[in-house]
Amino acid sequence: MTVSMWIEMKSICLRLFYFCLIVLGGCSGGETVVDRANRENILIIGNASDPQSIDPHILTGHNGGVVVNTILEGLIAYHPTDDTLPEPGVAESWESFDNHSRWVFQLRKNARWSNGDSVTAHDFVFAFRRMLTPELAAQYAELLYIFENAEAYNRGELDSFDKVGVKAIDDYTLECRLIGPTPYFLLMLKHTAFSPVHPPTILKHGKISDRFSGWTKAGNYVGNGPFVLEDWKLNRWIKVRKNPHYWDHEKVRLDGIRILPIKEQNTEERAYRAGQMHRLYELHLEKIPKYANSGDPEYYNDPFFTSYFYRINTTHDGLKDKRVRQALSLAIDRKLIVENVMRAGQKPAYRLTPDGVSGYNAALVLKYDPDEARRLLAAAGYPNGEGFPEFDILYNTLESHQKIAETIQQMWKTELNINVGLKNQEWKVYLDTVVNMQHDISRAGWIGDYLDPITFLDLFRSTNPNNNTGWANESYDRLIKESMQVENMEEHFRILEKAEALLMEEVPIIPIYWYTRNYLMRPEVKGWPPKLLDYQNMKYVWLDVDSGETP
Amino acid sequence: MWTFILRRAIQIPVVLLAVITITFFMVRSAPGGPFSSERQLPRHIEANLNAYYGFDRPLLEQYGAYLVQLCQGDLGPSTKYEGLTVNEIIGQSFPVSLQLGLAAFCLSVIIGLPLGIYSAYRQNSVFDYSLMSIAMIGICLPTFVLGPLLSYFFALKFGWFNSSGWYEPKDIVLPAVTLGLYFAAYIARLSRAGMLEVMNQDFIRTARAKGLSEWGVVVTHGVKIAIRPVVSYLGPALAGMVSGSFVVELIYDVPGLGRFFVLGAINQDYSLVLGTVVFFALLIVIFNLAVDVILGLLNPKQREL
Repeated sequence: MTVSMWIEMKSICLRLFYFCLIVLGGCSGGETVVDRANRENILIIGNASDPQSIDPHILTGHNGGVVVNTILEGLIAYHPTDDTLPEPGVAESWESFDNHSRWVFQLRKNARWSNGDSVTAHDFVFAFRRMLTPELAAQYAELLYIFENAEAYNRGELDSFDKVGVKAIDDYTLECRLIGPTPYFLLMLKHTAFSPVHPPTILKHGKISDRFSGWTKAGNYVGNGPFVLEDWKLNRWIKVRKNPHYWDHEKVRLDGIRILPIKEQNTEERAYRAGQMHRLYELHLEKIPKYANSGDPEYYNDPFFTSYFYRINTTHDGLKDKRVRQALSLAIDRKLIVENVMRAGQKPAYRLTPDGVSGYNAALVLKYDPDEARRLLAAAGYPNGEGFPEFDILYNTLESHQKIAETIQQMWKTELNINVGLKNQEWKVYLDTVVNMQHDISRAGWIGDYLDPITFLDLFRSTNPNNNTGWANESYDRLIKESMQVENMEEHFRILEKAEALLMEEVPIIPIYWYTRNYLMRPEVKGWPPKLLDYQNMKYVWLDVDSGETP
Repeated sequence: MWTFILRRAIQIPVVLLAVITITFFMVRSAPGGPFSSERQLPRHIEANLNAYYGFDRPLLEQYGAYLVQLCQGDLGPSTKYEGLTVNEIIGQSFPVSLQLGLAAFCLSVIIGLPLGIYSAYRQNSVFDYSLMSIAMIGICLPTFVLGPLLSYFFALKFGWFNSSGWYEPKDIVLPAVTLGLYFAAYIARLSRAGMLEVMNQDFIRTARAKGLSEWGVVVTHGVKIAIRPVVSYLGPALAGMVSGSFVVELIYDVPGLGRFFVLGAINQDYSLVLGTVVFFALLIVIFNLAVDVILGLLNPKQREL
C-alpha cells in the first residue's frame, strides 16, 4: 500500500510539474510593457508614490505636481528647456506696471477646458479665491499672499474677495495687483498653487471650500492641460491621455502617459530593467555609484533645486555663540561627505541656495578649515573642546541621514574634540520636535518652490514659521523685505546675495550639500532635459522609437 | 452548536470596541499630527485644517463621533490621500489583497499540508529530514530576501513575469509564491507535528489491528485529528494573508491593503490607521470564529469550551 501511495504522489507531483512548465512557458518571452507602450505612443514614468491629491489647491508634494502639470495649465507654463524663462501658458501675453507690482495678462481666446468650455479670466479669479478661502485651509495659500490683501482674506479678516488684488477686467484680461514690486512673479506663476480650476465642476460636486468632493475622480475631472485624466487606481497607476480640446494639441506628441507610484526604489529599478517603464523616478542611493561608474548612457545625474542642511537651535546654551556655530561649520568636510559617504553626484553646499539661478552670484563662503574652527572654538571659551556642552544631532529615520550624522559626529570629534550624540525619530515625531524647538541640531531639506533664491532665504526671516532655529536678525529681515520691493531682478539678486552672506556669517544653519536627481531613462524618450525644479512640460516630451533600440 | 456560535459571536463587538478604543487613543497620543510637514503651516491655516477635519474638538467628543460614524459604516476621510475616504481605499485595495492572500493561502495549504503529513508518515527518513530542513529554511528566509530573488530570476533573467506591478493575471504568481511559501513551511511543520502525535495513539493501532488500509488509517483517522493545530493556525494566518503584507506589497508593488497599515501610521493618517485596524480586527475575529466552528465540528468537546 505504501508503494501505491508513493506512486500516487509521484504522479501528482509530475502533473504539477508539467502544469507549471506549460504555464511558465506560456508566460515567457514576447514584447515588454515598454515595447507595447512605444507602439501605442504612451510614456510610462515612475512617480514614487500616489499624490496626496490632484486638486491643485490641496496637493503639496512634488509627485502631485508631476501629475497636475500634465492635466492643468496655468497662466505661465514650464519652459521646455530653461526653468528661468516664462513659457506662455493660458496667458499669451502680459505686461507689468508700477515697478512690477501690477500685472495684466491677456488670455488666449482658444484656451479650452477638457469639456470644451472656454478658459476665462473669471476661472482664474475663482481659482485664486478658492485657494485663499480660509475654510479650504490650502497648505500653499501663503504663495498667493503676493496678491494685495490676500493674506487678510485667507486669515478671515476680509469678508469680500473684491478687495483682493485679482480682477477679471473682461473674459480674457486678468489683472493682478501685488503687495509690492515682484519682478520674479512670472516664475512664481508656474507653481501649481496658481493653477486654474473649472468652477462649474467644483460647484457641481460640492462647495468652493470643500477639500474633498468627487471632482478629482477620473470621469469628473475637467482640466485644461495638454492631457486629460483617464484613470486613477490607487497604488497602481494614473493614466492621462491627450486632450483634444487643448489649445496647442497639435504640438502634443504623446498619446498618453502612465504614471506609476512605485514607492520602493529597488522595486522601481527592477521594473525599469524588466522593460516596464521608460523613466524611473529615483535610483536607490546604494545603486548610484554602480551606474555612475559604468558609463551607462541611460543613467542621468541632474542638478535639483534642493538643499540639505543642518538647523542649529541658536537658543541652546553653547550654540548661542556665533563663533561656536562657525567652528562647527568649518569643521565639516563637505567634499568628503559628498564623494565618500553619499556618492550620488551631489554638490558640496558652500552656501544655502543651490546653483542654477542665472544672475544670482552669492559667494560660496563656506569652507573646510579645521584650524580656524579650533581657533574660533577656543575663542568662544572651549579650547580643545573642553567644557563644551553635550548636544545631539537629530534626524528622521533614514539610512542616508544616519550616515551623514555619523560622519559629522566623527568630524567634530576629530577636529574639535567635542562629543555629539545622535538621535533619530520617526518622521512626524521628528517634525514635532523641530517645530517645538526641542532639538539642538537637526537635519533638514528644502526644495525650492520656484526658481528664485528667495524661496530658500525667506525661510530664515524671524517670523517665518519654518525658521525653527530661534535666530532672529533685524538686518536680515530688512534685506529680505527690501528684496521684495525692488523693481528689477539685478537689484533683487544683489540684495539677496547680501542676505545670504549674512546668513552664512551668522550660521543658524549649516548647508551640507545640494541634491541631484539620479534616474534611469530609456533612449527613446526625447525632450526631457535636466530641469532644476524637475518639472517637465509634457507637451514637449516624445518617444522616438527608432532610437529606442538598446545595443 | 448554534449556542456555541452565538456565544462566540456576542464576543465580537466587545473585542472590536476594545481594539477601536485602544487604537484611537494610542494614535492620538503620538507626537506630531496628520498635517505636520517639513513646510510648517502658518497657525491660522493649521487651525482651519484641524477645524475642517474636526480635530479641534475635545478628544472624547471626537471618539464619540467616530463611533457613531463607524456604526453607519463610514470609516472617515483620509488626510494623506485627500479626496478619498478610507472606505474607498479599502474598497480599492482589499480585493487585491484578498486575491493575493487566497492564492498564497491555497498554495501554502496545498504544499504544506500533504508534505507535513507525508513527512510524519515517513518519520526519520531522508525525505522527512530533507523536507523539514527545507521547511525550516522556508520559515527563516525572510520575504524581503526571497521576493527580490524570485523577481530577479523569473522576471529579469527568464522574462517570464513582470518584476512588479498588478497589470495582468500572471502578476499574482511571484507575490503569491513569496507569501505562500513561508506559510507552507510553517503548515508543513505543524501538520507533521500533529500527525506524529496522532500516529502513536491507541485508536490508530486499533484501526490497523482491525485491518484497515494504510490510506484509510492515515487519511480517515489520522489526518482528521492531526489537522486541528493547523486549523487553529489557519484562521489568523488567512487573516494575515488576505489583509496584505507590507513587505511583499512593496517588493512587487502590489496595490494591496498591507502598506496602508504602515504608511497610515507613519503619516499619522488617523482615519486610515483606525479604519485598517478595525477592518483587520474584524477579519481576525471572523476567521477565528470560523476556525472555532470548524474545530467544533472536528471535535465536539471543543464546543463546550
